[in-house]
Amino acid sequence: MSTTNSEIGYVSPKTQVRWIPVIGLEVHCQLKTWTKLFCGCRNEFGATPNSRTCPVCTAQPGALPVLNREALELALRTALALGASVAPTSKFDRKNYFYCDLPKGYQISQFDQPYCTGGGITLESGKRVRLTRIHLEEDAGKAIHDRGDTTLVDLNRAGVPLIESVSEADMQTSQEAFEYLTALKEILQYVGASDCDMEKGSLRCDVNISVRPEGEPWRTKVELKNLNSFRNVQASIEFEIRRQVEAYESGDPAQFPVQETRLFDAEKGVTRSMRRKEDAHDYRYFPEPDLPPITVSAERLDRLRSALPELPTARRARYQKDFGLSAYDAGVLTADRALSEFFETVARLSKLPKEASNWISNELLRNLNDPLLPIRSIDELPFRPHDMSLLLGMLDKGEISGQAGRKVLRAMFETGKSPKDLVASLGLEQVNDSAALDDWCREALVGKDKIIADVRAGKTKAVGALVGPVMKASKGSANPQVVQEILLRLIAEMPS
Amino acid sequence: MSDSKPAPSPANAGAPDVLHIARLARLAIDPRQELELREQFTRILEAFKTLSTLNVDGVEPMTRPTDFTDVMRDDREHSSLGLDETLANAPARIETFFSVPKTIGGEQ
Ligand SMILES: [Zn+2]
Repeated sequence: MSTTNSEIGYVSPKTQVRWIPVIGLEVHCQLKTWTKLFCGCRNEFGATPNSRTCPVCTAQPGALPVLNREALELALRTALALGASVAPTSKFDRKNYFYCDLPKGYQISQFDQPYCTGGGITLESGKRVRLTRIHLEEDAGKAIHDRGDTTLVDLNRAGVPLIESVSEADMQTSQEAFEYLTALKEILQYVGASDCDMEKGSLRCDVNISVRPEGEPWRTKVELKNLNSFRNVQASIEFEIRRQVEAYESGDPAQFPVQETRLFDAEKGVTRSMRRKEDAHDYRYFPEPDLPPITVSAERLDRLRSALPELPTARRARYQKDFGLSAYDAGVLTADRALSEFFETVARLSKLPKEASNWISNELLRNLNDPLLPIRSIDELPFRPHDMSLLLGMLDKGEISGQAGRKVLRAMFETGKSPKDLVASLGLEQVNDSAALDDWCREALVGKDKIIADVRAGKTKAVGALVGPVMKASKGSANPQVVQEILLRLIAEMPS
Repeated sequence: MSDSKPAPSPANAGAPDVLHIARLARLAIDPRQELELREQFTRILEAFKTLSTLNVDGVEPMTRPTDFTDVMRDDREHSSLGLDETLANAPARIETFFSVPKTIGGEQ
């Protein structure tokens, strides 16, 4: 670990006592299968409510669940990518509770024989966050409470495959929790297990958190829910650390944290006690008799392991080594597998890895994040890596200016046309040696006696202030390097 | 686990807490029925205790009636029931949702 003990924990502003937070995360993640876990209904977000249902996922009498092979495959790939050990045999259990979004009255889950245990994630600091286990289970339906006097139930989500990853309570700061989640999400996306889209609920995170004075044993832990972004996970942890420390430091045992579930209110940035879960933990698990056990052979694991894609950490290291990218740029480009593959293709085709890195991590991502454009992901791009590499080639040869390059890229997003065509149709060829350039430069020099004097006195950098106006006059078509040379030449030619 | 559950009194120690079980099943039980239900529950559990008299040393627990393993299906879609059939027996619906009594603040 790169941090020393003296840096860890939260020092109470009131007592100067150092409190150590103890944080563990439970992450539910929907698997990206075509159909549900135990039936052939489509696993699809946003369909008409209750249109993706059948006798199995609505719990009609006599219906028999059958495991989706692909769900197990994705779950196994995730386990291997996280360095976990897969059990040779595992089974399903029924977790019993009654709620309107759970038609069977139980959730099919895994209790004492999860398909995988151990593994973990190494944070940037080198700290290892261990995983306790991952298990496979079905999602519940969706209950909507904020529309009218009744609760509305949609069973499209009932039976969607989930894996729940439970970490050890190895984290001590909100930042570590954030890094852990980011790394976990990257891995899930890289192995193709999940979209991890928190807005669509395909990744959900609960936090278990307690605090203790340095050197003392663990205290009562609190569960935080309703965290629909990584930022909310961080904010709720930070609030909860302060709240628990203040509660203990009040000295009044009636105020001490109790074992409970608290909901995060993102607007106010606070956590609030949910109704105490009295007997909610009494799930009376028992083995699911409708589903036979799962066996996974060592040979199958070897095959799956060798088919895993290169994982983000390895890829980042390779980008730094082979392409000379900074750790930061390598991180930006590998955060998303599709983006990273796009970058590699562009770098290979253009043979300009650094330029590819700059243009993709800045300009391309800027357009992807622009709400005025309908394109949200690499998969939706209307042009190919080949087009992007052509653009970089033109920039590299000085055929177009950087400003023109940005316009062309924008037009590529809008029209999907090739950059060559766009440069021509938009009239963006770089003007390197025309009479127009000389004229624009002469105009720019008018009345700029101070700058001219500075340049003559040897401060050639002063001419930089005039390049902008010339670029503007040329509507971005001028080559700034050439403009600078012309300006210097004109100043030299002026009678003193 | 439960802080609200009263500690069993010595007289009915070991007897099932029917009110707790009813709560888990979201059943409203008339407290006057508690005694009667507890006696019935106790008799059922007694009957099952017969099983405990068998010697099962060295016998693997069996959770399923068959020896099958790895029964799986391909990730292929079958047609769904359709909205009309899915919602046919729903006591109440709003649009294509099932409409049920407000249940916020409950389990999960
Ligand atoms: Zn179904």
